[in-house]
Amino acid sequence: MLHIVNKSATDRGSLESCLAMATKGSAVLLIEDAVYAATTGGAAAAKIQAAAADLKIYALGPDLAARGMAARVLDGVNVVDYAGFVDLVAEHKSCQSWL
Amino acid sequence: MQFGILVNEGPYSHQASDSAYLFARTALEKGYKVPRIFFYHDGVYNASRLATPPQDDRNVGARWSKLAADYGVDLVVCVAAAQRRGITDGVLGDNFRISGLGQLVEMGIQYDRLVTFGD
Amino acid sequence: MSDMDEMEDGSGIVKKFMFLNRKAPHGTVYALEGLEVVLITAAFDQDVSMVFTDDGVYQLLKGIDTKGIEVKDFSKTYRALDGYDIEKLYVDQSSIDARGLTEDDLIVDVTVLSVSEMANLMAEQDVVISF
Repeated sequence: MLHIVNKSATDRGSLESCLAMATKGSAVLLIEDAVYAATTGGAAAAKIQAAAADLKIYALGPDLAARGMAARVLDGVNVVDYAGFVDLVAEHKSCQSWL
Repeated sequence: MQFGILVNEGPYSHQASDSAYLFARTALEKGYKVPRIFFYHDGVYNASRLATPPQDDRNVGARWSKLAADYGVDLVVCVAAAQRRGITDGVLGDNFRISGLGQLVEMGIQYDRLVTFGD
Repeated sequence: MSDMDEMEDGSGIVKKFMFLNRKAPHGTVYALEGLEVVLITAAFDQDVSMVFTDDGVYQLLKGIDTKGIEVKDFSKTYRALDGYDIEKLYVDQSSIDARGLTEDDLIVDVTVLSVSEMANLMAEQDVVISF
């Protein structure tokens, strides 16, 4: 299953809720303001790196770039473009947007 | 493979409608099918042809209309949500139509994936 | 253009639909308009689960009185879901615990699931729509 998170982890609890309910082996894609969680030095960095042990973590490159964060991506986070986003949706049987 | 897309926010206030558009366009360019996009909640404002954004900004409504013309996407605006917000047939942009929530449920039943963009 | 005209899509396909409610009522419209989708889905004979987590559990509180804010009280509709054959209502244990609530505070009978049970339920769905 693909989980999509779009809100900053320092603003809302959706990333935390998502990580609590994402089963082992599922994928989490961070888009829009959620991409800040995938960057170094941020409040959610430790949470994301711990989660990367059991989950595949992706972040949307155009959203990182638009926020000046393209060069600060955490190790273990896979950066994808929109084509990669589409592929992730196609590859997983279902998806859930944590609005 | 067929994708359904649900857009829950209006243009400009949230990135949701931009993200949904880029996702839909990319999927279509890659050869996937996006037979229908459904607009719900404040997402119904995407359908207004009355919006006149400044020249150096994107025109979200016109962009949807063009995508529908280029690829034959069915742009459906929820009737109940639209009536609450004053979106009527008279203000719809090209290629949008107003219909019931059943059209959203059908997307879930008939298509392979349903992707939601919202706040 | 009534919804009644398009109830049956004729495909005979039955999918597992989960409606995930994560937001409190009234502050935003998502709980109310989300409920409208659930009621329509009931007419399509799908396998529907309705799930309440995070602030979504506040939708089910007893004693809601909206007269003073002059908006519709839709909380009674949850008690009518039974009549629409929507019988699978699930609440996340950790979400009610975190808000000092128990099952007795809720207006409908629900099944309370642990986070891991909820996670497994979500993973087996065909379609998840979150409001």
